[in-house]
Amino acid sequence: MIPVAFDYQKAGSVDEAIAALSSGDSKILAGGHSLLPAMKLRLNQPAKLIDISRIEALKGIREEGGEIVIGAGTTHGDIATSELIRNKLSFFAEAAALIGDVQVRNYGTIGGSLAHADPAADWPALVLAADAGIEVKGSGGLRKIAATDFFTGFFSTALGENEIITAIRVPIPAAGTKMNYQKFSQPASRFAIVGCAAMRSPDGKTRIAFTGVSENAFRATAAENALSGQPVSDASIGSAADLALAGVNVLGDHFASSEYRQHLARVYLAKALNAVS
Amino acid sequence: MSVRIHVRVNGVDYHHDVEPRTLLVQYLRDTLRLTGTHIGCDTSSCGACTIHVNGKAAKSCTMLAVQADGCEITTIEGLSNGIELHPLQEGFRECHGLQCGFCTPGMIMTAADLLQHNPNPGESDIRHALEGNFCRCTGYHNIVKSVQYAAEKMQAVQQNKKEVAA
Repeated sequence: MIPVAFDYQKAGSVDEAIAALSSGDSKILAGGHSLLPAMKLRLNQPAKLIDISRIEALKGIREEGGEIVIGAGTTHGDIATSELIRNKLSFFAEAAALIGDVQVRNYGTIGGSLAHADPAADWPALVLAADAGIEVKGSGGLRKIAATDFFTGFFSTALGENEIITAIRVPIPAAGTKMNYQKFSQPASRFAIVGCAAMRSPDGKTRIAFTGVSENAFRATAAENALSGQPVSDASIGSAADLALAGVNVLGDHFASSEYRQHLARVYLAKALNAVS
Repeated sequence: MSVRIHVRVNGVDYHHDVEPRTLLVQYLRDTLRLTGTHIGCDTSSCGACTIHVNGKAAKSCTMLAVQADGCEITTIEGLSNGIELHPLQEGFRECHGLQCGFCTPGMIMTAADLLQHNPNPGESDIRHALEGNFCRCTGYHNIVKSVQYAAEKMQAVQQNKKEVAA
């Protein structure tokens, strides 16, 4: 399958890419592992691709002012093997190693995955549970969007039309914080049929996020409030699951019916909570 | 629109004008006539099109030729010197690691990526590393054995080299 013809520009800098984006019907090409399959299926037919994969400033992982800063162009594979991530943000490394397969992890990027906002992608659950900020840049300069404000619907985000994700900024968790990501993978694509990320600090403050369950990844705030500072037990997990799924439009498709997905969400929430308690 | 690219494939430099929508696998197969790289699912699921780009396994059906500009590429044709088989190729022959053979080039290229990072993989390491490669003859068991054969052979060669050097 071959995409519809398009123009191509290799951007040497973020500003060059932003300027190119402003010139019309263009899409950003990073690892291409979400965009190219969509273009081959003609679900997306941009007139121009702006390739940001060679911009070094978008790559790499560093610690800065109490945050882990992950460049948007960093691949899943580089996150999975980063010592800094393994030591300070272990569930990011665990989740990264579960994305797709080695070939996909070698090229797919965290920024690309977040911008694409596939309802079954892993990263949205992780950045939500870690309370990360998504740093974006447009012609008006840099701004930071809280992960909780970023995912706005089915393949939809708060990213402006001419903006590019530049980095993911994750507050370094307090010492002793436990974090975990559990997913039930679709066996061919390894996208999450259900994914649950959880983080619990020594004082019991708990954050929970789901992906794959609904139109977009979300924080289970009511469940977090019920569990924060309270012991984790079978009973409290059960009521947290009720709270987490109340009012959620649970997806059903040929991989998993809505009822089955709801069941999986409860099971994977329990796995994640047991791992962090 | 066409874009001038320069790639080095199996040690040979190529310069071509390509349409931006040309997939890397098409460029390799149709322009360079390197047809050892197969197109299986064409949706980045099956891994038959796996090659190495700058030393890392990549699915060439999900990469544009223009994205490979300036890169060093190895395909199945470049894995050995053309006279001797690469230990992985030999392993697949010795251990009956292929039936129809369609997935084999991708399997071997992904396994070669694994052995670069982990010269002594266990069975679960091999199965995990080959997650992105499908064999529809379902010959996975012998594929794992073939990779183990290659790992042992490559380690023995390394050991020999060390002893000779000492």
